[in-house]
Amino acid sequence: MSELNANFQGNYEGGFIDLSARKRIESLLDSGSMRELLTPFDRLTSPWLEKQGIVPQFDDGVVIARGKLDNKAVVVAAIEGGFQGGSLGEVGGAKIAGLLELAIEENRKGNPTAAVLMLETGGVRLQEANLGLAAIAEIQSAIVELRQYQPVIAVVTGPVGCFGGMSITAGLCSYLIITREGRLGLNGPQVIEQEAGVEEYDSRDRGLIWGLTGGTQRFASGLVDAFVDDDVSALSTSVRDCLAQGVPALHRSDDISAPLTRLQQFDTREQIDAQRARQALTEGKTA
Amino acid sequence: MNAQMKPISQRGSQWFDGLTASMDSVNAAVPSLRIADGELAGRACRMLLVKPDVDNHFPRATRGEVGLLEGYGLAAAIDEAIKTDADNPHKRALIAIVDVPSQAYGRREEALGIHQALAAAVSAYARARQAGHPVIALLVGKAMSGAFLAHGYQANRIFALADSGVQVHAMGKAAAARVTLRTEEELDKLAADIPPMAYDLESYASLGLLESLLEVESAESPSAGDIDKVRTVVAEALNDIQPGDTGLERRLNGTNRGASRLVREQLRAQWEA
Repeated sequence: MSELNANFQGNYEGGFIDLSARKRIESLLDSGSMRELLTPFDRLTSPWLEKQGIVPQFDDGVVIARGKLDNKAVVVAAIEGGFQGGSLGEVGGAKIAGLLELAIEENRKGNPTAAVLMLETGGVRLQEANLGLAAIAEIQSAIVELRQYQPVIAVVTGPVGCFGGMSITAGLCSYLIITREGRLGLNGPQVIEQEAGVEEYDSRDRGLIWGLTGGTQRFASGLVDAFVDDDVSALSTSVRDCLAQGVPALHRSDDISAPLTRLQQFDTREQIDAQRARQALTEGKTA
Repeated sequence: MNAQMKPISQRGSQWFDGLTASMDSVNAAVPSLRIADGELAGRACRMLLVKPDVDNHFPRATRGEVGLLEGYGLAAAIDEAIKTDADNPHKRALIAIVDVPSQAYGRREEALGIHQALAAAVSAYARARQAGHPVIALLVGKAMSGAFLAHGYQANRIFALADSGVQVHAMGKAAAARVTLRTEEELDKLAADIPPMAYDLESYASLGLLESLLEVESAESPSAGDIDKVRTVVAEALNDIQPGDTGLERRLNGTNRGASRLVREQLRAQWEA
């Protein structure tokens, strides 16, 4: 099927992971409702990459759009994991922050507008270091404000996963959807290995890493809300379900005392494994 | 260099001691936090510090890192202030003393969801600011990456001591060199042209994220004059923060943040189009 054939818009079948950021958004939204903002034709490229001999991209690896989900207004941002590892620089970060800020304004005006964030990212783009970090702080602030009005839904499907400062961002969202192929964690395996040693974290031990940070484990530990197959229609249903649930009574990030108590009681004398992590994180919870 | 070889910074504690001398210490949820309540410029405030704790329950967070307990502990202290002041029109200020070398790196941390612990702290600071608590960050040492996101980066105003020991960055230089496949010397050379990559404070200031740089006699062990000076600056900032001033927009004015402004301008123009 031709990707340019508008008749097929919204009728994707099969896997989600292989889709580009733009196609991901298109496949999710109500058919024909997607309006991309700051498209590649606007040529807002990173002002910092070319000076470092890196070819910039006309969308800076972030696609943003307005559209409808079950006929409700939403904004969607998707990070292109294929460009610089999905890293966030100044422009891409400002696109997401700016989009969420405008969604907040719409809500204030009485026009309910929710958000979906498709996070395939290693976090800050080190070539734009401090401006990536600053943008992430601004995205986080906007999420905390927006989610009072309407749900902010994060989707982590892989192949990159969601790491660095953007994993904190995921932790601020109203709902978090993951696939078996998605991973979620603060620090990348190589950085942990370098900082803490190979005995603490062996970045080549794929079993260890997936066992601790993969989608299956994160769902079983209660750190995400939904676990779906890598399938466009399954994902689309899950996002719509989250949207229909509305703003949660208590956001995961504001559940403080119970997780703190569990961590204080956790026996740290031995090294941890996946089973103990699940147990520790779900202790006393009614499933 | 192995992180364990570097000396543990005491700057945070030094400044916290000086600035909270006449305040009441508040019991923190965990030993690696210090909290004090008092008044500055006639305004109720709560000071918060993450400090080294060699006996930390989590062995990868003994050097002042922001780890699992620190994230939730900060969140608990801030959340309590928000709830206590919920019906009070004069919401207490929150002042974060920042001297955090990094987030905690470890297997337990990842397995137990350190990202969620840090999200709790980010959320608490952002909710406080948005509810009208003036939030100020005072950088007296390192302010690195996820640790800074969780403790300081949600502030209305960020101040830093003008001192080479104060550093804001997304990643330590050695690790950044490895990840970007460059040498540290190459990074320094690039940084001379690319302010957001630089490790010096003047470059950071050009990004417009700092309110100002504060000259002091000693960043390591502040004199009485240093404490007075910083207290005055913080007090002025508290007076300057107006009731509706709850966002982060003023950070967008820096010389080297043109693209952040341009993106927002064009996005707004296309939004309704």
